[in-house]
Amino acid sequence: MTLNKVFKSCREAVADVFDGATVMVGGFGSFGGLPVNLIVALAEQGAKELTVIANMGGVGFELTRRIKPGGYQDLGILFENGQVKKFIGSVPALGGMPPDSPIERLQREGKVEIETVPQGTLAERIRCGAGGLGGFYTPVGVGTVVEEGKERKVIGGREYILEMPLTADFALIKAHKADTLGNLVYRRTARCFNPVMATAAKVTIVEVDRIVPAGELDPEVIVTPHVYVTRIVEAPR
Amino acid sequence: MKGRLDEATIALRAAREFADGSVVNLGYGMPGLCAGFIPEDKTVFFQSENGVLGYGSLASDAEKDYELINASDQPVTPAPGMCFFDSAASFDMIRGGHIDTVVLGAYQVSERGDLANWGRPGRLATGMGGGMDLAAGARRVIVTMLHTTKEGQPRIVRECTFPLTARRCVSLVVTDLAVIEVTAEGLVLKETAPGWTVREIQDLTEPELQPAPDLKEIEL
Repeated sequence: MTLNKVFKSCREAVADVFDGATVMVGGFGSFGGLPVNLIVALAEQGAKELTVIANMGGVGFELTRRIKPGGYQDLGILFENGQVKKFIGSVPALGGMPPDSPIERLQREGKVEIETVPQGTLAERIRCGAGGLGGFYTPVGVGTVVEEGKERKVIGGREYILEMPLTADFALIKAHKADTLGNLVYRRTARCFNPVMATAAKVTIVEVDRIVPAGELDPEVIVTPHVYVTRIVEAPR
Repeated sequence: MKGRLDEATIALRAAREFADGSVVNLGYGMPGLCAGFIPEDKTVFFQSENGVLGYGSLASDAEKDYELINASDQPVTPAPGMCFFDSAASFDMIRGGHIDTVVLGAYQVSERGDLANWGRPGRLATGMGGGMDLAAGARRVIVTMLHTTKEGQPRIVRECTFPLTARRCVSLVVTDLAVIEVTAEGLVLKETAPGWTVREIQDLTEPELQPAPDLKEIEL
């Protein structure tokens, strides 16, 4: 078997992300589970007109200094670079921050389309896409702007709306450890959106703290089976 | 002495609602302060939508691990019995009715318990996060908020004018002036901040408040 999923650098691992691709990005907020090294590599690679699916839009380097002295990178860099055509997520911009995040600026200028999705609906749409299902009915969003244009159905006396699946060309994922086959384990709350997104893309690219030989991870605690994983890169914090 | 309660005191009052052994989710902002007001003789399992059940409290600088955070991106401490899961499993837990109580912030609450807590005019890119899922799925929704806007306008209104999070979902509202229960018959004023009269609170509230038979001052 000549299968080799291990890449030497994040730059090589994201080299074929093409203009117009749909890219899922794991994580939750600005840290803890965000595949920061892959995001920065994609910013350097420069693919444009991307549709990005992620929980949060990122606050961008300038604003991060309000949170941590010195600042840090998050998803905001892709918006700063003008690489994103459309964003699908639950928190495009943080209400508690000034309205200066890159995504919010671009939205005011009409340069990025935003689809705001309740967080649980986002996770479930991705799970649906990953699992080959055609959609699902949820009570979340009934009677709100989220319902606009969607089928409503009463099931067992409760109102639900139909939500559709999401898939992607690429998923950028952060895990704690991978074995050389691509089995993944996560660490603490850095798990978040990573496992579900890892299952929903044609090409799943994972940055990990450490790569270990196949057989070293306990099969009972593997969260993402290797069948979903295309590429792995060791990129320690 | 007459005054408005500060945010910590509002959180303290809301935290008294948590039953021993219950599962509680704390929303973004002021609700997060509730974690600091659990008495020693009570166990509460804090769930956070990024995938943790049973964390401890907010972490000190020395304890900080950015791979152990709550949904407000704040580092928290581990606690015995804590467990982790992914976002999809977390929202199964939330939508499926396995969260006893959620505490959320709000821009507005209506007299029927409609909640508006994620968008405001001019900030179209701020999202609802997990708020809609929590409001629709938790067994009991408590709101902590300031009673009026900076300009002194009521936040407890007949109809929400801000984008809705969910309809008819709020059970209890704790503000800097009052504790108000949402019932089928309307809003019931249960407790007042020290020194405030029913009339004064009514004047800062759009819908009619019905004083509870056992109306009292909030115990501090």
